[in-house]
Amino acid sequence: MSESVAAFLYLVSGVLFIMALRGLSHPTTSRRGNLLGMLGMAIAIVTTLVLAGPSFGGFALIVVGIALGGGIGAVIAKRIPMTAMPQLVAAFHSLVGLAAVLVAAAALYAPTAFGIGTLGGIHAQALVEMAIGTAVGAVTFTGSIIAFLKLDGRMSGKPIMLPNRHAINIGLLVSLVVLVGVLVITESHLVFWLVVLVALALGVLLIIPIGGADMPVVVSMLNSYSGWAAAGIGFTLGNLALIITGALVGSSGAILSYIMCKGMNRSFISVILGGFGADTASA
Amino acid sequence: MELDLSMSWLIGLYLFMLAAFTGYEVIRRVPSILHTPLMSGSNFIHGIVVVGAMHALFNADTALGQLIGFIGVVLGAGNAAGGYVVTDRMLAMFKPSQSGKNDKE
Repeated sequence: MSESVAAFLYLVSGVLFIMALRGLSHPTTSRRGNLLGMLGMAIAIVTTLVLAGPSFGGFALIVVGIALGGGIGAVIAKRIPMTAMPQLVAAFHSLVGLAAVLVAAAALYAPTAFGIGTLGGIHAQALVEMAIGTAVGAVTFTGSIIAFLKLDGRMSGKPIMLPNRHAINIGLLVSLVVLVGVLVITESHLVFWLVVLVALALGVLLIIPIGGADMPVVVSMLNSYSGWAAAGIGFTLGNLALIITGALVGSSGAILSYIMCKGMNRSFISVILGGFGADTASA
Repeated sequence: MELDLSMSWLIGLYLFMLAAFTGYEVIRRVPSILHTPLMSGSNFIHGIVVVGAMHALFNADTALGQLIGFIGVVLGAGNAAGGYVVTDRMLAMFKPSQSGKNDKE
């Protein structure tokens, strides 16, 4: 399959995803919308597989990986009681966050294979995209785990307030930006993992001050974050399907969180900033 | 893509912006009853990250790289398949009427 045919098929799957979201936003068409989304996913996966070619050594591994992951995911989703749905969605988010971090790590260690430069000489632009994708992915990963634990009742739904948490969060955010800058200049693998580490800590700290009642909004927000992470990875890989889908999910997730906040009569800003207005939060 | 780097980056940015606005417009008027299924549905859609993980796997030149890619593929596929099934189950609850909650299943 030529690259232009692949790019076209990615476009088709992107359109199917848009139609899926459109369908999902109306009660009568929602199930069809979901099905269209699955169709788009199938097209994207098959296209990528065919692009790689069955002659390739990793082909079997990919098929096994998809079957394994897909099988486990489907079985868990089938068996889980209806009441445990929100935490399951949160758990799925954490998977996407982790996958984004892993893909960025793979690109960092084998840049030639991804066409983004050579080891020690990765294009600055690719490093920026990679670092952003990684940081957002890592925040999504730990943030979703905390959301999962809170929703599942394994962790108290009460907001956990650290003293000076805003100072700590801002400190972490600043150090994250600095580290990304250092990463772009030095391309040090150590700094890459420091970025991951700081982002993981930030994910935990951002979510623990949020009360159980606000969790659905948080899950939706994390949904948006992982969309942006996927788009960041898409830029690194030069993959149009990832860019389109990531941006689509990122923005729709953000606006959905906003609508949900308004529906619950909560301030969007205070929910996002992690318990900023926690004095009014119903824990 | 065969375009040079800066050009393909710019095209990526174009697509990014357009897709972001599309997402906003498509979701803007969703009724509140569909918030949760929609969240779940868009969750399954960004299982698309599996495509990135597949790239990572077939571009890997070391065992470690292959392992990283393989785990990424498993996670992404798990999210895609699981998210689809969960969303479908949620939506099945609405099935009989257009908006009334019905716990038949």
